[in-house]
Amino acid sequence: MNIPFDQFLIQTINGIVTGMILAMVASGLTLIFGIMDVVNFAHGELFMLGAYVGVLTLAATGNFWIALIAATLAIAVLGAVIYLTTLRPLIGRDPLTTILATFGVSLVLQNYALWQFGPVARKIEEPITGHFSLFYLEYPYYRLAIAVLAVAIIGGLWLFLKHGTYGIWIRATTQDRVMAQAMGIPVPWVLTAVFAIGAGMAAASGVLFGPLVGVNSQMGTSWVLRAFIVVVVGGMGSISGSIAAAIFISLLEAYASLWVSPAQAVIVSFVVLILTLLFRPTGLFVPTPK
Amino acid sequence: MSRRRFFVYWVGFAVIVALLAVAPLVLPEFWRRFLTEILIWGLLAMSSDILIGYTGMVSFGHSAFFGLGMYGAAAALLGSSPPNLWLALLYGLASAAAVAAFVAYFSTRLRDIYFAITTLIFSQIFYVVIFTSTAWTGGENGLNFSRPRFAIPYLFSLRFTPAVLHWFVLAIVALSYLLLRRITHSPFGMVLQSIRENEARTRAIGYAVERYKIVAVMLSGVFAGLAGVLYALQNQFAAPDFVFFVVSGEVVIYNVVGGIGTLVGPVVGAAFFLLLREAFSRFFTEFYLIPLGVIFIAIVIFMPRGLLGFARRWLNG
Repeated sequence: MNIPFDQFLIQTINGIVTGMILAMVASGLTLIFGIMDVVNFAHGELFMLGAYVGVLTLAATGNFWIALIAATLAIAVLGAVIYLTTLRPLIGRDPLTTILATFGVSLVLQNYALWQFGPVARKIEEPITGHFSLFYLEYPYYRLAIAVLAVAIIGGLWLFLKHGTYGIWIRATTQDRVMAQAMGIPVPWVLTAVFAIGAGMAAASGVLFGPLVGVNSQMGTSWVLRAFIVVVVGGMGSISGSIAAAIFISLLEAYASLWVSPAQAVIVSFVVLILTLLFRPTGLFVPTPK
Repeated sequence: MSRRRFFVYWVGFAVIVALLAVAPLVLPEFWRRFLTEILIWGLLAMSSDILIGYTGMVSFGHSAFFGLGMYGAAAALLGSSPPNLWLALLYGLASAAAVAAFVAYFSTRLRDIYFAITTLIFSQIFYVVIFTSTAWTGGENGLNFSRPRFAIPYLFSLRFTPAVLHWFVLAIVALSYLLLRRITHSPFGMVLQSIRENEARTRAIGYAVERYKIVAVMLSGVFAGLAGVLYALQNQFAAPDFVFFVVSGEVVIYNVVGGIGTLVGPVVGAAFFLLLREAFSRFFTEFYLIPLGVIFIAIVIFMPRGLLGFARRWLNG
């Protein structure tokens, strides 16, 4: 089958744009997992609630950027509250119990959103409305802006982890929790903050993604599943691996949807996952463990 | 097992089965149906206990086995005329077993959280496949079919009245319980429990841990498929919703609420959860999952051994 070059190029751009959103969701998930051994099942719900807070703030203030910041902060606080109430009591138990607890949280949050906002999808207006022509398509600038913003946010996170004092605290806690505590790092607060940062990133990606599709209470589910795939394919706990895997999988899905329907294109990412588990269960984009 | 304990255990078992058997004669229609459903979900949860409670692997993908059992039964009931019960059982179990073998082959390479996530993603694969292949599965609408007769050739042929169906389900669930209990007491079951306690040491002793795990997943999957067949018989339809991972999550909830590693615990958990759901759905309508989720989180935090956790040793004695 012949696929014209222009379609191929459009799908490449689409793949990179969704890949960057996915990378934001997945890097929050992998940050939380890598640092505190918590598999956050409620991550998709934080993404969804972030989008809803965005909808509400946008309706109140009319400014998308304020909505983005407000949603990030609000969901970061919510994340901290969730961590303190449901996850902190589980420290020291089997990490699997965190899956159960966060699964309970996701049930509560998802149904809360359904109850509060109803089943009809809400719309977030695009903050940047311009288009440029790409072959026969009018391609919106906003999509490119998403990719740029996502790069900026993830880059900011990376710089923070690499050079910021608190970032160094976080990395120290990852390496050796007891030693970090002995050096005077307030480990319980570091863990709370990490969960809040992950939650905030999920919320920010929810707001950014909102204008592309409607906002509804189910939207988190499919994202958290894809983020799980990305996290496993990228190597659990590795942020750079997750980013690479997010773009890789989104590109593959975008190309696959040239031939099959988008619903079936998801199967491509499943296949990538299975192959990864078969041949390289530690993750595709991390150095071989010694 | 001491003689007295042996006696108490079996009398208790007989009394409970007898009570469940009499129930459809005295209960009104709604509650009879409800009881049958509890037994079916209980069987599904019990099958998953083999993995969670006895082998120490949390499966978040039991909806795939359950759903495949359901669709297998649907294929048999739609494909043969008149619909044949035994063919439905055969097809359902065979398709669940095939899927379980596939899932087990890949997922048992991973441990702990990774196993949980992989099984979850596998169940999503089957969800997407079933959802999108509209021609065979009816896609979103699912499949409708009629109930077969309960017949053994040359012996008898009964119509599946609600009471007969209840007794049929009860018999299968009770037999499955006895069988699974026997399996957990067998040398094979002991190896599974030693994998749960210390996998590295089990391997060092010389057991082929991977093979045991694959068989455990398949065993669990076959019983989950059996629950799927029963559910298809009860409701006369198969829908992709039952393959969705939320069902797997509920199965894990039943296990944790009832008490893992007890086999009966998951059934109790299913009963507890479904009853609460029924009660809450009268006050909160469709938002019953909000209070249920809160209760579940509280049980995970404060009662990690579940409702029957106190009797775990006794039940396994």
